[in-house]
Amino acid sequence: MLNQVSLNQVSVTVNGTPVVVSSGATVAVAMVLAGQVCRTSVSGEPRGPLCGIGICFECRVVVDGNPHVRGCQVLCRQGMEVNTEK
Amino acid sequence: MAAAACAAECGVRVGLVDDNPRLGGQIWRSESSSQQESDPRIADASHWLQRMSTAGVTALCGLRVVHQPEAGVLLAENLDGLYELRYDKLVLATGARERFLPFPGWTLPNVMGAGGLQAMVKGGLPIRGKRVMVAGTGPLLLAVAAYLRKHGAEIPLICEQTSWGSLAKFGLALFRWPEKIGQTIQLKRDLSGIPFAANTWVVAANGQAALDSVDILRDGRVEMIPCDYLACGYHLVPNVELALLMGCAVDQGCVQVDDLQNTTVASVFCAGEPTSVGGVELAIIEGQIAGLAAAEHATEARALFAKRRKARRFADVLDSTFRLRPELKNLPLPETMVCRCEDVPYSRLQQHTSWRSAKLHARCGMGPCQGRVCGPATEFLFKWNPDSVRPPVFPARVGTLATGDEPLHLQHSDVMGGH
Repeated sequence: MLNQVSLNQVSVTVNGTPVVVSSGATVAVAMVLAGQVCRTSVSGEPRGPLCGIGICFECRVVVDGNPHVRGCQVLCRQGMEVNTEK
Repeated sequence: MAAAACAAECGVRVGLVDDNPRLGGQIWRSESSSQQESDPRIADASHWLQRMSTAGVTALCGLRVVHQPEAGVLLAENLDGLYELRYDKLVLATGARERFLPFPGWTLPNVMGAGGLQAMVKGGLPIRGKRVMVAGTGPLLLAVAAYLRKHGAEIPLICEQTSWGSLAKFGLALFRWPEKIGQTIQLKRDLSGIPFAANTWVVAANGQAALDSVDILRDGRVEMIPCDYLACGYHLVPNVELALLMGCAVDQGCVQVDDLQNTTVASVFCAGEPTSVGGVELAIIEGQIAGLAAAEHATEARALFAKRRKARRFADVLDSTFRLRPELKNLPLPETMVCRCEDVPYSRLQQHTSWRSAKLHARCGMGPCQGRVCGPATEFLFKWNPDSVRPPVFPARVGTLATGDEPLHLQHSDVMGGH
């Protein structure tokens, strides 16, 4: 898997499935590319990024076990594990 | 960045704290892919980056300020931990965010802000071949549409809520700012062929798991337009939370400053959008003045007053051109969520008469965004005024707030700037 990722790309795992993104891409972008929602709202609605600049907290996800991480403010790192925040 | 560079050039030690992972704020936010050297904005950004680095500014990115336990001390955190930052002078340059208005379907995935989608594309989202509706109000819509098209998106229509009459007046007013005319002509070239409608707005976003079309109201008729993304924002709102936390006076949503960009709190300056939404040129001039004033070079700062006066008039024109039409207050249905953090629908808010009452009884504005999205929306819908901020101004980890964690002490700086 690692060998297939070129220099300007990184591979992350989104809800258990590997996704390859360009290096410098944010975690929120990886979620949208993977077709996964970032979080489920308190009444159960699927939610994705809204403001893109760290204000709205709609893109918060679990990154390597850390909850409530704003996906738009964190860059993807090789091997990162990202999960939808329930 | 202008404040940091100018202050550091006067010989004081400067640290810049930025919540974003990269320097440059929303306008100069760098692209994750290749940069277009021909873009004058990028040339401006490199100019200030160069000056900052030559003058020896220490930049701390991806770090957000959450609290000021006492004057002169800020607490900030990132994924790795907590930092204590000490300053003698502070320049707040917290920028602005988009105003979002609730309408049916606005919480669906792939409905984003106009600047929001642009930031996502800059953050690496491929947009080539996607159909993107651009809607809302303000000059940002045109800039975003041009940017998205340049990156391969198809834009079926730009919907601007303001009237053709206001836009015509705005066009005439532009002649007072020759540098804006140049930008406008370039923008017009970049936008050629994209249909544009004034007096038009989105009334609903449709789809199940994600967006598949939007309904717009044009000349009294509803039309459905299929699309992959909706980029929708209603101009900008100043970010004044940090200024409020420091105790700076804020009037009608803007931080109050004197000629030298001093706020009402000693040693705290403010520059750019928080003082009035006026665009990048005004923000740079104010930043320079604040940086020079913070470094006690008031004479050099005063030399920029005339330029600032001219740029501020543009802020006033923006305000009057893109004023929101009252019909937009009728967009939400009873079940439309207004507070997205706590899922508070419009019908629950109608029972309340103030922001405080809605907060206490319906939890509106009590979620992680702390009313940054629903606050400006309810201000427009119900004329409510969010009355205060409390620390932490951003959700912080409990470890950050508990005293058990010893903060990491960063090198002391004379002037801290940005955010």
